[in-house]
Amino acid sequence: MSDGAGANAAALARAERREAQGLFLLCSPAVLLIAFVIFLPIGWLFTLSFTDEQGAFTLGHYARMLHPAYTRSFQTTLELSFLVTGICCLLGYPLAYLMSQVSKGWRAVIFVCVLFPFWTSLLVRTYAWLVLLQRRGMVNTWLQDVGLIDAPLRLVHNFTGTAIGMTQIMLPFMVLPLYAAMTSVDRDFVKAAASLGASPVKSFWQVFFPLTLPGLLAGVVLVFVLCLGFYVTPAVLGGGRVLMWSMSIERSVAVYSDWGAASALGVVLLVVTLGILWLMNRLFGVGRAIGGR
Amino acid sequence: MSIKGSVVVAMAVGVLAVPAGAQQSITVASWGGAYQDAQRKAWFEPAAKDLGITIKEDTTSGIADVRAQVKSGTVTWDLVQQGTNGCILLEREGNLEKLDPAVVKTDGVPADMKSDYWVANLVYSTVLAWNTKTYKDKKPKGWADMYNFKDFPGGRSMRRSPMYNLEAALIADGVDPQKLYPLDVDRAFKKMRELKPHIVSWWPSGAASAQLINDGEIDMIGLWNGRVQAVMKEGAAADLTFNQQIILADCWAIPKGAPNKAMAMKAMAHMMTPQAQARLPLYINYGPANAKAYDTGTITPEMAKGLPSSPENLKNSFTLDVKWWADNLDAVTKRFDQFIQE
Repeated sequence: MSDGAGANAAALARAERREAQGLFLLCSPAVLLIAFVIFLPIGWLFTLSFTDEQGAFTLGHYARMLHPAYTRSFQTTLELSFLVTGICCLLGYPLAYLMSQVSKGWRAVIFVCVLFPFWTSLLVRTYAWLVLLQRRGMVNTWLQDVGLIDAPLRLVHNFTGTAIGMTQIMLPFMVLPLYAAMTSVDRDFVKAAASLGASPVKSFWQVFFPLTLPGLLAGVVLVFVLCLGFYVTPAVLGGGRVLMWSMSIERSVAVYSDWGAASALGVVLLVVTLGILWLMNRLFGVGRAIGGR
Repeated sequence: MSIKGSVVVAMAVGVLAVPAGAQQSITVASWGGAYQDAQRKAWFEPAAKDLGITIKEDTTSGIADVRAQVKSGTVTWDLVQQGTNGCILLEREGNLEKLDPAVVKTDGVPADMKSDYWVANLVYSTVLAWNTKTYKDKKPKGWADMYNFKDFPGGRSMRRSPMYNLEAALIADGVDPQKLYPLDVDRAFKKMRELKPHIVSWWPSGAASAQLINDGEIDMIGLWNGRVQAVMKEGAAADLTFNQQIILADCWAIPKGAPNKAMAMKAMAHMMTPQAQARLPLYINYGPANAKAYDTGTITPEMAKGLPSSPENLKNSFTLDVKWWADNLDAVTKRFDQFIQE
C-alpha cells in the first residue's frame, strides 16, 4: 500500500512537472514579447540616461534635475497624484457600495454610467471638461444665470481644473476593483455581526470594510500609478501652470532634442513608481490585492 | 513651430511621392500638412518643372531628425525646412553644407535671416491680439498694453516659453524694441511678475492659442499671426495689430553629406526668386522672406495687409534674435519653468 502511494506520488510529481513545462511553453510567446517591448527598451532608456551626446558616461542628465524647475514639477506630480487618488477613494467607495446594494436594473444603469466615460476617448473627455469649466463655459454661465456668483470662477487652466478632469478619468479604475471586492464579500458575515448585536455602522466598519480593503488598495495603486505618468489632461486643463513630470520629459525632447535628459527623467519616474509600489506592498500587502499569491 | 502639429497628416503625403524616373531627383523634408501643401504648389511643382527634376517629399519634426541623419552617415534629405533657431544650431554643430553664393542668391533677404549655411524662406510673426467684445472702443497698440491692466482689464495669455515673453516684458518696461538684444533677463522676469496673476493660460501649442482667443477665454494674447487670422476668418470676435510684431522665420538648409547637394542648391535658388516667393501667400498666410517678392505684382495690396513681412507691417516690427536664443534657451527656459510654477 505504501509502495502504491509512492508510485502514485512519483507519477503525480511527473505530471505536475509536465504541466509546469507545458504552461511555461504556453507562456513563452508572451514572455518573449514582454522582454522585447518592455525590458529591452527600459534597458536602452537606462543606458541613454547615463550617456552624453558623444556617447561618454555622464551624470549630467541627473544633476540637471536638481534645478527648482524640475523639483517643483516633481512635487506637483506627487501632490496631484495623491489628491486625485484621495478624491477617487472618497467618491469611488460609496459609488461601488451603491452598485453592490441596488437591484440588478439599477446596477446596470450605474455600470453604464461608470463605463461609458471609460470607453470614450481620453482627449474627448478632457476637452469636454474644458468646454464645461472655462470662463464662458456651461458651469460658469449656469452659476451666473442662477445668480450664485457675479464673476466667473477660475475653474480651469489651473490645478483645480486638472484635478477635476483627472478624477473623473480615473474614477472607473477605482470603482471597478472596489465593486469586484464588495460583491465577493459574504453578506452572511454582516448578518452575523448584526445578530450578535453590532449596530449597522459598527458592522460596516468592523466586518464589511476590512473585507473590501484589498479592492480599495488595488484601486489606489492603479489610480496613483496612472496619475504619476499622466500627460494629456494636465497639458490641456492645467493652463501651462501644472507641469507634470511627463511634461518635463516631453519638453526635454521637443524643446532641447535632448534624449539623454528625457531618458533620465523617465528613469526617475520609473524608479519612483516602483518604489511606491514596493512600499505599498510592504505596508499593506498589495501583491495579494492585485491577484498575486 | 505652429506647423509641427500637422506633421502626421503629411506622413501620408510623403508616401505618395512620385517614383524616380530617369530624371534626377532630390528629396525635400518640411513640416507637412497645410504648410507643405502650400510649399508644394508655390515652390516644389514649379521648381521641378523648370529644372526638369523630380522632387520627392518627406516630413521633419525638428532638428533632431537632421542630427540623426548626419550622425549616422545616412543622409537621405537634400533640402530641409527648419525654424531659423534650428538652422543656427545645426550650423554651429557642423551639420549643414555651405551654400554656394554663386548659385543661391539671397540679396532680397534681410541680413538677420540668413547665413552662409541657410536662408530664411518664409516669415511669420508673434502678434498682439485681443477680444473685440471686451475692448470695443479703445484698441491695444503694443506690448505695453498687455501690461496695462488699468485701461485693458481682463485675462491674458502668452506662450508657455520664455521666447516672446521676455521681449514683450522688456518693451512693456520701456526698452526700445530695436535695442532689446542681448535681453536683460533679470529685468524681464521682474516685469513678468506683474503679468503672471493676469495670465489665464500659458498656451502650449498653436492650436491651443487659437482656441483660447476663439472661445473668448482670454481678452488679450500674444500668438502667431496665422493662428489668429484663421479664427478671425471664421468669424471670431478678435483683432490683431502688427505693431511691434516679433518677426520669426523658417529656413532652408542642406544637411551635411546630402546626396544631391548641387541640385538642391539649384532648387533652393529657384524657390528663393522673387517670383516664387511671391506665390507662397496665395496658398497660406505666411509672408515671403525675399522682400523683392512684394515688387512682382503677384501680391495684391489687400493681401499684403495681412502678411507680416509686407513693407508696411515691417516698419514697426523687430526680428527675434535667434542667435541670442540659441545661446540662452536652455538656462532661460529652466528659469521660466520655475517662474510659472511658483
